[in-house]
Amino acid sequence: MIQLAFEHQITAHCENGVASNLLKNKGLDISEPMVFGIGSGLFYVYLPFLKVNHAPGLSYRPAPGWIFNRLAKRLGLKIKRQKFSDKKKAQHVLDENLRRNIPCGLQVGVYHLPYFPEDYRFHFNAHNLVVYGKEGDQYLISDPTMEKVHRLSEPELEKVRFSKGVLAPRGHIYYPIDIPPTIDWEKAIKKAIKKTCNDMLAPVPIVGVRGMRMVARAIRKWPAKVGVKKANYYLAQMVRMQEEIGTGGGGFRYIYSAFLQEAGKKINHPELLGFSEEMTHIGDLWRDFAVEASRVYKKRSNHDDVYEKLSADLLHLADLEEAFFKRLKQVV
Amino acid sequence: MKKSEVPQDNGRVFEKGSRELYYAVDENGEYTTALSTGWDAKNIVQDHTMQEIQERIDTARAGVKAGHVSPIVYFMELRRMDWQIVSDYTGIWKWRVKRHAKPAVFERLSDKTLKKYADAFEISIDELRNYKGN
Repeated sequence: MIQLAFEHQITAHCENGVASNLLKNKGLDISEPMVFGIGSGLFYVYLPFLKVNHAPGLSYRPAPGWIFNRLAKRLGLKIKRQKFSDKKKAQHVLDENLRRNIPCGLQVGVYHLPYFPEDYRFHFNAHNLVVYGKEGDQYLISDPTMEKVHRLSEPELEKVRFSKGVLAPRGHIYYPIDIPPTIDWEKAIKKAIKKTCNDMLAPVPIVGVRGMRMVARAIRKWPAKVGVKKANYYLAQMVRMQEEIGTGGGGFRYIYSAFLQEAGKKINHPELLGFSEEMTHIGDLWRDFAVEASRVYKKRSNHDDVYEKLSADLLHLADLEEAFFKRLKQVV
Repeated sequence: MKKSEVPQDNGRVFEKGSRELYYAVDENGEYTTALSTGWDAKNIVQDHTMQEIQERIDTARAGVKAGHVSPIVYFMELRRMDWQIVSDYTGIWKWRVKRHAKPAVFERLSDKTLKKYADAFEISIDELRNYKGN
């Protein structure tokens, strides 16, 4: 049996969590909010032409792996990444790493994850977890969105590592191999904040606050365009994406607020503390939006009004965030 | 959100023996973390989604029974897949998968092709072939 000294810690979001837990294991004490903030994890993109679970695609974060990659770039870390076409080889490399005392991050699909609740098992392939040991044919799994550690058999792990569909992981394995002796936190933090501001203010119609406005305009038309039943389904998917296990709307705003607070103290930049408070408030409004949306499924009447209201709420959020990121950009 | 406001509305993750982590502020305005058993707003959209999925499965089942579609459509819905995902798992082009959704075409499929679908749906060839929508 191999069991590496690895501390499992539950986090709000899987990719941040894996990065934070792996780096802590390597001796770099970095919190989840710092990973998220310096990795510029806050994002928004609307992909109406891409249907996910039969509804328009929406993402609240950059592509899988980007948060950790950006973090690595800004802190000067080196990450080793590999993908495979051969399943046997993918397992061999993992086993070999465990033997060499390296806990590994893996990108996996959640549909076949046995410890996930039935309601969360969709063909979503950008989940992340850590393998930190093996006993017989059982891998020891630290999934950062779970309170406890789990186990997966060889075939179970192979299945989730080689799930198919959009963003198929293809056995994707990654782990930090080098951490520099000194880190310029101030430079990293400022650069990361600028990047997030630029992302959210991007002059692209489907990205950032513009993307939010585009969704807001689309929501208003949903009931007439696709019918109430389908509109309700689209909306449910939107809110699910938004508030699924620490991701998206409110959840991400709170992590970002926690980052701004921690960063403000770390580099002695008190203005960031005020921004943290403001972002917390915006996070609250995202959650109000989700509550408002969930009302659609309780009362059957006045659907157009509800969608009008949701559209207006989202436009308001876009306005608030536009103003927020414009000012934030000025102070870093 | 204040730490005291972190929702504890027992949801699906909690039913499976875990909780979710939230970042929230304590009474001094400092960020900290708290565990949540779930949130009603999310439970509601989750339940609605499950209902819709069940409807899709029921429609597919009725379609197979009436002879409008082949069992591939039923198992695709049951496994929460769409045409593209079935195509990715089986390695069969999407337009061919759609053709195989016709009962008459499905009848003539070889065991080799049926095996690809059966594997993707994690069932046996017999289960796939003999599914009648009952």
